[in-house]
Amino acid sequence: MADDLHEAVAALPGVISAAREKGELVVHVASGLLLDLMTTLRDDPRFSFEQMMDLCGVDWPDRSPRFEVVYNLLSVSLNHRIRLHVATDAAIPVPSIHRIWPVATWWEREAWDLYGIVFSDQPDLRRILTDYGFEGHPLRKDFPLTGYVEVRYDEERKQVVYEPVKLTQDFRNFDFLSPWEAMTSLPGDEKAHEGSRGMKP
Amino acid sequence: MGEALPGRDLLPSTRSVAIDSHAINFGPQHPAAHGVLRLILEMDGEVVERADPHIGLLHRGTEKLIEYKTYMQAVPYFDRLDYVSPMCMEHPFALATEKLLGIEVPERAKWIRTLFSEITRVLNHLLNVTTYALDVGAITPALWGFEEREKLMEFYDQASGARLHSNYFRPGGVAKDLPAGLEERIAEWAETFPRFIDDLEGLLTNNRIWKQRTVDIGIISAEDALAWGFSGPPLRASGVPWDLRRSQPYEMYEQLEFDIPVGRNGDCYDRYLMRMGEMRESVKIIRQCLARMKPGPIKVQDRKFSPPTRGEMKKSMEALIHHFKLFTEGYHVPAGATYTTVESPKGEFGVYLVADGTNRPYRCKIRPTGFAFLQAIEKLSKRHMLADAVAIIGSLDVVFGEIDR
Repeated sequence: MADDLHEAVAALPGVISAAREKGELVVHVASGLLLDLMTTLRDDPRFSFEQMMDLCGVDWPDRSPRFEVVYNLLSVSLNHRIRLHVATDAAIPVPSIHRIWPVATWWEREAWDLYGIVFSDQPDLRRILTDYGFEGHPLRKDFPLTGYVEVRYDEERKQVVYEPVKLTQDFRNFDFLSPWEAMTSLPGDEKAHEGSRGMKP
Repeated sequence: MGEALPGRDLLPSTRSVAIDSHAINFGPQHPAAHGVLRLILEMDGEVVERADPHIGLLHRGTEKLIEYKTYMQAVPYFDRLDYVSPMCMEHPFALATEKLLGIEVPERAKWIRTLFSEITRVLNHLLNVTTYALDVGAITPALWGFEEREKLMEFYDQASGARLHSNYFRPGGVAKDLPAGLEERIAEWAETFPRFIDDLEGLLTNNRIWKQRTVDIGIISAEDALAWGFSGPPLRASGVPWDLRRSQPYEMYEQLEFDIPVGRNGDCYDRYLMRMGEMRESVKIIRQCLARMKPGPIKVQDRKFSPPTRGEMKKSMEALIHHFKLFTEGYHVPAGATYTTVESPKGEFGVYLVADGTNRPYRCKIRPTGFAFLQAIEKLSKRHMLADAVAIIGSLDVVFGEIDR
């Protein structure tokens, strides 16, 4: 059954690649044909993915379309799952799937809020998790963990005020990576590793 | 409606409304909002026309914080998600990390996890059912139920050292073995607890007022429940026989005998009945776990993933190094990704974990169960009375630690 699903999904239009990773079916999809593909996955009796369980963004600053939208679908009737990946960046909108699964609206709002991924044809693209009037997209890798503003109640002005973050001690991000395992070549050792396998220059 | 509310500009201001209609702010400080829910209700008299939940008031950036922590340091953040069922929150993260590491947990650890998953289920359902009853006017269930919860939190305390934020299910097993005598105490409790459920049901199940407040309120069909991403008791209340413990079993559920209550009407009353039924089944599972547990190791014996005992560290240099490396650098998880789920008391709770080969998660997306439920509030409470909206929120079992992350 599982392998049938793999083959059937791989043959669908819009699928760039399909593979089983750790027992999970992972499919990379072109965003242009996303809506047709999703409708097929929901309605075709071979797939019948009735549920869209999760949608999230992932930030890969080194890749050329920077973001990835990950969809996790579940079929209750056939008891299988699938994970779809769509590559995009901040400028290219991903078609919204809220007409296929209404639950997608909030997940898309969340992906917009945290990553700044835009969904076309999504009428309700408001922020959802961050504060009213928040600026920036906090889960991007270039957004600092400490953020830019902090909030407090000002007793004199009798209102809540936003101020730039002031840290009494600088944020410390320890690098605990062991030089024996993570650093593949130690400074000064470059010649010793030249040409040896698994060593990055 | 006239006063300047914070974020008022977010309301759809161009909407033309009837003369009698007005918007009210339900929460964020409302006892029946189950936490910090700000629900903007557009009312026609006392009838809800439109409900717009504003969430995120408890957003702590858990997912971002986890990206800066080692895998072991990430576990306590999960306790703080759904703080009424902490161990079930840790569970998918532990399973996902184990899957990426490719390690197999010893049998006793699996039994302990199953046992405590079910204790957690009772813990969660007791809180939900009793506060739900409190919301619609019944005080006694809460008084009784919290006494029972206290006993369960004592089991938590004895196993993990903390009543709530247990940090107990860790990648590779559980933090420590159960102390002597705990299994007997749990068995003793499991003998008396069904009588308590009978008492609780005596207060509610056939109670005229309770039924008037919940039967045929907030009905959702099976198709809609699926489309709106429901899982757990609210999905089963709509008549979909779906439980991850049965259909995609993890830990020891495959070997256990239990029934899954399935409802028919998908209303608030059925959602309540699901939870009562599940508590009875959980007691059955707890008894089976206790009967079949055998002594043995409770975490993987590979010192690259689980710390050595204190005694070992006093004698062995290698053990000391392992301990030091584990608690500073942590273990490296090979690059890969997985979406791993468990049937938490509220429904499907999942973690999408992306590892990049270092000692920290690259991305850890948490799939909160209540997020989907809360989104459907608009659909569920449309054309219901304001007081019914309270019953609907109670029946959905939302906890904001989890939804806002």
